[in-house]
Amino acid sequence: MTTFEAILLTIVTASTPLLIASLGELVAERSGVLNLGVEGMMAMGAACSFAAAVTFNSTAIGVGAGVLAGAVMAALFALVVLGFAANQVGSGLAVTIFGLGLSGLIGAPFVGARRDPVAPLHLPGLTDLPVIGRLFFGQDLFVYGSLVLTLAVALYLNRTRAGLILRSIGENHASAHGLGLPVLKTRFLAILFGGACAGLAGAYLSLVYTRFWSPGMTAGRGWIALALVVFAAWRPKWVLIGAYVFGAATVLQLHAQAAQFGVPSQLLSAVPYLATILALLLLSLRHGRAIGTPGSLGVPFVPDR
Amino acid sequence: MSSRTLIGALVGAAALAFSAGGADAQQKLKVGFIYVGPVGDHGWSYQHDVGRKAIEKAFGDNVETTYVESVPEADSERAIEQLARTGHGLIFTTSFGFMEPTLKVAKKYPNIKFEHATGFKRAPNLSTYAAKFHEGRYVIGQIAGKMTKSGTIGYVGAFPIPEVVAGINSYFLGAQSVNPGVKLKVVWANSWYDPAKEADAGKALLDQGVDVLAQHTDSPAPLQAAEARGKFGFGQASDMERFAPKAQLTAIVDNWSDYYVARTKAVLDGTWKSEDLWGGFDKGMVVMSPFKNMPDDVKKLAEETEAAIKAGTLNPFKCPIVKQDGTTVECKGNGALSDEQVLGMNFYVKGIDDKLPQ
Repeated sequence: MTTFEAILLTIVTASTPLLIASLGELVAERSGVLNLGVEGMMAMGAACSFAAAVTFNSTAIGVGAGVLAGAVMAALFALVVLGFAANQVGSGLAVTIFGLGLSGLIGAPFVGARRDPVAPLHLPGLTDLPVIGRLFFGQDLFVYGSLVLTLAVALYLNRTRAGLILRSIGENHASAHGLGLPVLKTRFLAILFGGACAGLAGAYLSLVYTRFWSPGMTAGRGWIALALVVFAAWRPKWVLIGAYVFGAATVLQLHAQAAQFGVPSQLLSAVPYLATILALLLLSLRHGRAIGTPGSLGVPFVPDR
Repeated sequence: MSSRTLIGALVGAAALAFSAGGADAQQKLKVGFIYVGPVGDHGWSYQHDVGRKAIEKAFGDNVETTYVESVPEADSERAIEQLARTGHGLIFTTSFGFMEPTLKVAKKYPNIKFEHATGFKRAPNLSTYAAKFHEGRYVIGQIAGKMTKSGTIGYVGAFPIPEVVAGINSYFLGAQSVNPGVKLKVVWANSWYDPAKEADAGKALLDQGVDVLAQHTDSPAPLQAAEARGKFGFGQASDMERFAPKAQLTAIVDNWSDYYVARTKAVLDGTWKSEDLWGGFDKGMVVMSPFKNMPDDVKKLAEETEAAIKAGTLNPFKCPIVKQDGTTVECKGNGALSDEQVLGMNFYVKGIDDKLPQ
């Protein structure tokens, strides 16, 4: 395996959790809900999936538990912001803090346990092709799943009636309500989807990326996922590109250090964030002022007003 | 203004009553710990908690221990004072950033004994202690120098601070002593604790031809990356063999247990004095976990080196130490660099062809 190929493989691993979590958040935000609880839901996904995977010795059960944990946290968030029309920013931050704390409690008995690696796909012939074999046909199922998910979310939002309803609710919930569209129900499902994706991203971290669990292991990836949605101007295609740009910047700066390029490592560590700012700048230049922010984003909806 | 003075006097009196109460209740010593991270971090805080449990085991019903974990350094004064007010007679604060708050609380409660890890400010009731981890790094450097087939060894660093830089130099000097042509690649994670990023840093080094990997970050992730590639690595702070049974050659283990038991005993005996201890292999504060996955001759070499450092016949920073730019460092210790020079190290030694970020 060449160094170039190895770098590409690492980039895929680094990008996948960001992509999955960002897609979930994108759907929630397109419905008009700003969910700042992604980090907490991701932490819960990482802890619960690892706990379940170790207890039942099954990666599939682990993944299921991670998705479920994310969705349960999302349901709690939905109850507060939809049921009680509470401030979304405050509630989201509370869910993040709660999730980080609770994940520590749930994961405590599993500190020090380890899991064997999840076997990657192996297609005889195809996987053994030089250079592109491992990259395209030798990844784990999460990677293919995340790409299918990107396509599904894009098709759902842009090509289906349900997607159109979700978008119109996100743009203007009062008008949508006036037309008789189910605002709260749609948002509830969008939040659940977002939580499930965050949980899945967490499961990827603890089951594939590091293969052990330790407190606070999400280390801010939930926040990066939130930034990516803005970076992508709320479009699935750009979430995909953004996640890979971000993953690549993170991995390449480490390689630049190992290759002794002589650039200060602190500066290289900042490259992904500089890339985000640059992308935001270019996007707003291209699109002018309207860069795709859903009109009702972050505004609580109370049906009777 | 007068009411404020009154409140101040009342608080003072209450504090006095508390400390007096603590002095009277001699039958049971309460020992408190402040940790910077979670006890489940597999590393730094975890090892301090192992020391706390050793106290409980050694003294049984004569002591009672408590700990507060994940204490932010900025908010530590409150946590330390809380322990002081609740009748603790001996308090360990286990991170460099707790230095000023510990000093402040120690001055307020002169009857309580305080111990601060890795700091340099002392008081009549405040001791400091730390461990010479760089001694362990010399040993793993020699192992790495012997085990590498590619001739390139790697190091994942957290931040370019003296403690980490001294570790890198010691590791490289160890490797160079058995393999003069060895090359070292360093990658900075710019984080103490981000398992996924640490794993990526490890993979980046392995992808670029490194086949033995050391780390000075807190999680087992780089070691595990080495295991997945069939390469070798070392455990950090605690024995990480269970994460990488085939890859871990040995681990540098922080052993605070003996020190904590001795200091608790000193308080119980009434012989406690304010001291500064910087112990290594000699004091048992740094211990190597069993040498595994290596040929017998390498194992023998590692054991001999460990014994020589322990006996004081070998110092990783024995003079002359030459900097990257070719200048020789002034020898302020006894035939080796002085403790202050090691604690303030801000240069790479000659032979490391990388630039130290400043």
